[in-house]
Amino acid sequence: MENKAIMVPNPIMPGQVIFIDPELCNGCNTCVEVCRSDVLVPNPEKGKPPILMYPDECWFGGCCVGHCPVPGAIRMEHPLNQRVGWKRKKTGEYFRIGMKNPPPPNTRPPVG
Amino acid sequence: MTQPRHTYLTKWPYPVNYSKENEVGADVLILGGGIAGCHAAINAAKRGAKVVVIDKGAVIRSGLGGAGVDHWHLACTNPCSKITPEEMVEIDTKGFNPYFTLEYGNGITCYITCKESYDTLLDVEKMGVKVRDADDEFVGAEFRDEKTKLMFAYDYKNKYIIRVSGGANIKPALYNELKRLGVKIYDRVMATSLLTEGGKQGARVVGATGINTHTGEFYVFKAKATVLSTGAPAGIWIFSTELAGATLFQEPNLTGEGTAMAWQAGAELTMLERSSSALASGGFGYPMYGTGDANNTWFACTIVDADGKEIPWVDRDGNILKTVSERYRPAPGQKLFFPYLAFAGEFRGPVLIPDLPERIMKGEFKLPLYADLPSMPEHERRAIWGLMVGNEGKTRISIYNRYSKAGFDPDKDMLQANVMPPDQYPFRTWWGAYGPRQWRSGGFAAGGGLVFDWDLKTSLEGLYVAGMTAYSGGSHATSATTGRYAGRKAAQYALKAGEPLIKRKQVEEEKARVYAPVRRKDGIGWKELRAGLCRIMQDYCGEYKSEETLKTGLRWFNSIRESEASTAYARNPHELVRSLECLTHITVGEIIMHASLARKASSSALEFNRIDYPEMDPPEWNKLVTIRLQNGDIKVGELPLNYWLLPPSAPTYEENYKKHCGL
Repeated sequence: MENKAIMVPNPIMPGQVIFIDPELCNGCNTCVEVCRSDVLVPNPEKGKPPILMYPDECWFGGCCVGHCPVPGAIRMEHPLNQRVGWKRKKTGEYFRIGMKNPPPPNTRPPVG
Repeated sequence: MTQPRHTYLTKWPYPVNYSKENEVGADVLILGGGIAGCHAAINAAKRGAKVVVIDKGAVIRSGLGGAGVDHWHLACTNPCSKITPEEMVEIDTKGFNPYFTLEYGNGITCYITCKESYDTLLDVEKMGVKVRDADDEFVGAEFRDEKTKLMFAYDYKNKYIIRVSGGANIKPALYNELKRLGVKIYDRVMATSLLTEGGKQGARVVGATGINTHTGEFYVFKAKATVLSTGAPAGIWIFSTELAGATLFQEPNLTGEGTAMAWQAGAELTMLERSSSALASGGFGYPMYGTGDANNTWFACTIVDADGKEIPWVDRDGNILKTVSERYRPAPGQKLFFPYLAFAGEFRGPVLIPDLPERIMKGEFKLPLYADLPSMPEHERRAIWGLMVGNEGKTRISIYNRYSKAGFDPDKDMLQANVMPPDQYPFRTWWGAYGPRQWRSGGFAAGGGLVFDWDLKTSLEGLYVAGMTAYSGGSHATSATTGRYAGRKAAQYALKAGEPLIKRKQVEEEKARVYAPVRRKDGIGWKELRAGLCRIMQDYCGEYKSEETLKTGLRWFNSIRESEASTAYARNPHELVRSLECLTHITVGEIIMHASLARKASSSALEFNRIDYPEMDPPEWNKLVTIRLQNGDIKVGELPLNYWLLPPSAPTYEENYKKHCGL
């Protein structure tokens, strides 16, 4: 542990809302173009991932994720105070969004 | 210089050109490219009009219905419906409430929905949206018609609400249709004012001004006809500074520009005094449709308590329902039901036992409750989690995909309902949670709008309304069908109307107004301003109102306009737009307070409590109160509750529709 600290303002909202994987993102800005409230803006450096500018204005519509041409390059997360849980009927096990060691994903797509 | 609270020192990513003026001409100008605006544009363009759509967001996904829809209301003309449009409009206008029809606006918009909802859905299907069960996934389901493959929601006997199997993709399909028809789209342009002939209040509307949210450029739109489809004002009482977007059940761009600019132009407004405590929990609710529930999109899921004990369902008359199938049927002797909790009266649908709160308090049922999807019949389970949750607004990505990725499996898992005070469960969709009592919501099925006639024409020549702007409906089908209708009517008018003449002085004054925040270096930021304005609404125009509180509230608004609001600053076009929204907020707040002052009586139907006039719904006040500006003065008027069936309109819905529909 280094005895180093920096002075930074507090985060502007609980949670980060949008997470972009810089390895996968191709900088096409489709997410920027479909967002209704400029949560994301283009990176001044062409081909780089967009900048998360106004996460506090996110409506959680998910359009940025839905229109992204690269699977897994962008994801959306509700802040911790909006995460929910569920119970497995047969075993009584309790799971929740964001838990450590979650159950395997359910791969069935929605209707349509 | 104002000390920035959080600073990105990177240069603004778009080329800024404040006050550069762009002039655009159109036959039909559509303000707001959501569901209503897109259908209006499509139908005006099909009639040969040159159409321009402007939208604060991006039309491909903008608007309250932009992320999806799961069920299509009042499709009375579909081949399986057991209810005619005439029967339905009678029930809707008389069955619940003398002032409005749940999510379908007033008698005019309700009947238009009944008549054209199914045809509008077929329009959307032609654009490539999946409506039916074409893949035969639901063969044998009670809610599926084998011949048409249509699937129905809620009342399986009467089959008047259709499940839309691919509703999450509806907005991109509408967008493509706009492109195909050559509609000119101006994304990221916020309308700021209506232009009127000679610049006069109350004169013909001849266009609008706008500002680009990325570049700050100014727009003058000249149009023979204008359709106002900007939605209804949301977020007037509630603002969470840290969760600005999530604060709203409605869409964050719905900040009331349409209402405010119509008011300034002299249009007659009504029912703005109406507001609701429902859906007013702000960002302190849960993700929409994202907790275990029994209502709305989750209707009629089995609910169990923490020990797995099932909570019984009852029909309208309190009879315990033994099977899941019975939850989707009217009570014996009941013609039809609506899937609403508190409002539907004799047409109330099946619900969980109404004394659930008392039984929880006695310890008979233990919190938390769970939505027992695994015990539901397979088709119902897949319809709730997969079709409804999966296509309804905001559910596909943030609920269905996210929860699935986290391992949620509806075949095995019971989604938890959020824990609330027990008395809250019978009254609301559970994910909405509950908020402080002073928090109210207007807009979606909870406010008012512009007065309009059977042409969907407002009191101003050249100005038409569609969607929530017309009387605060909210149902996707009502927005779509009124858009379809208003598009026709506006085109019909525009193709005969004279050239629009813009008064230069009106443009110059608006330019001076909108760019003021950019010229300031110091002052108040939009967030502080907006939070302060909400507090004025909460305190002076909250659950209980009186002459004194309302007048004090108006004094505050006026004082803030002169003082803090006149120092609002903007360091980029985004902040400029947010600051201008705050000015709109003041205007909308004032309209609501003036409307509240004008109704000197309490009304349970309008969720309107006047401490100084405590008698509920005295007969002499069973009327619409209207307000408008004339030469800057407020004029209060009134209209009978069913003005659309009184002269100069014809006495029946059929006659009026036939005369005006333009088909």
